[in-house]
Amino acid sequence: MAKLKLVLYWAASCGGCDIATLAIGDKILKLAEVADILFWPIAMDFKYSDVEKMPDKSIDACLFNGAIRTSENEHIAHLLRAKSKIMIAYGSCSYEGGMPGLANFFNRRSIFDRAYIETQSTDNPKKVYPQPKVQVPEGELEIPEFYDTVKTLAQTVDVDYFVPGCPPEEKTTWLALEALITGKLPPKGTVISHSIKSVCDECPLIKEEKKIKTFYRTHQIIPDPKKCLLEQGLLCYGVATRGGCGALCPQAGMPCTGCYGPVEGVVDQGSHFLSALASIIDCDDPEEIQEIISNIVDPAGTFYRYSLPDSLLRRARIK
Amino acid sequence: MAEFEPKIIAFLCNWCSYAGADLAGTSRIQYAPNVRVIRVMCSGRVAPVFILKALQLGADGVLVLGCHPGDCHYVEGNYKTLRRMALLRKTLSQLGIEDERVHLDWVSASEGVRFASIVNNMTEKIRALGPLRPNHGEEKHG
Repeated sequence: MAKLKLVLYWAASCGGCDIATLAIGDKILKLAEVADILFWPIAMDFKYSDVEKMPDKSIDACLFNGAIRTSENEHIAHLLRAKSKIMIAYGSCSYEGGMPGLANFFNRRSIFDRAYIETQSTDNPKKVYPQPKVQVPEGELEIPEFYDTVKTLAQTVDVDYFVPGCPPEEKTTWLALEALITGKLPPKGTVISHSIKSVCDECPLIKEEKKIKTFYRTHQIIPDPKKCLLEQGLLCYGVATRGGCGALCPQAGMPCTGCYGPVEGVVDQGSHFLSALASIIDCDDPEEIQEIISNIVDPAGTFYRYSLPDSLLRRARIK
Repeated sequence: MAEFEPKIIAFLCNWCSYAGADLAGTSRIQYAPNVRVIRVMCSGRVAPVFILKALQLGADGVLVLGCHPGDCHYVEGNYKTLRRMALLRKTLSQLGIEDERVHLDWVSASEGVRFASIVNNMTEKIRALGPLRPNHGEEKHG
């Protein structure tokens, strides 16, 4: 049997997803037996021109991590889509926008002002901003254009499968790779994970009645390690997040942050956590309710931590 | 350009507020024609995602009307809405959507006049704010 042809790419991401691919441990040897990796910028020295020379649909599958933030990200997404039979959005950034998607609370101008002018360690008296094209004695230099709004991979090209997680857990990665290796592929559009239910469904912490008078941030309390973190007032996102990770964070005393995306069938993960959270506030008095929610310091950033570009509103309005 | 006419989606509970709106109609009370009414069984049925969807699809504001506190047909649906709307408004303000665009109020079956005045007030507030245009604020689509 001919070996499977794989490529891996990173767009706007931290590199964690590439490391997560290696976290499959000794299964990497099995992968090497059945698959050839033709392009993997973080690990192997290939050029974009090598990919451009490949015939269309000559790659079996592309694991694409990272959001679409620059013209380079967008260009390579289109290129790899054309060359690959199967396009997989791998990890939160590619699937939902992820952490880079939090930039959608701002726009290019405010991000550039912050990064190139205002930061305390920056000395830029002439207010020089990055330019896509610049003339130097040797000729014209070009860098990718920085877009105003971060997009998901599926908002840019046609995507066949999604692998959730920041980064995806080892077993989730293997589930996707195994499907590719064995050719037993799920229906197009499937979010590949061991669960379609919530993180709570697989979390062993003891759950009693959900009624909350005060919300806490993680540094403010030491939670009881046996009890549901949400019931103790921590903003544990498990109720609105797809399982499959094994509820690792809550079992380590850290609230779920929602990285596996929405449960099956849900659009706008953030609004569903918002709804669940607000419903269990144990108070009927409008003023006291305001006081209780004032303990949630950054609701939009908490609810859309990984999914702002994939949410219904996609970005903040900026006047 | 024609004068801006706000589009407002109004979710009305079946038991109180929809009957209140009906009363406004049968009593021939004049009110702004800017609301598009959607009847729901309870204001508690209005998930925040409904409101976001309305704003995404071009509504300039969303009005949610339920039974007065203590009067909910399902005992506590309107209290749940009260909490959700408070948190939703705080979240939306971070997304650049003004508080006035998402309004929760109470209208009983006998309050046709109150229904009309809430609709008129909200229409005028949103007219003053101008159109919402979701995703506005981009310099360029990337």
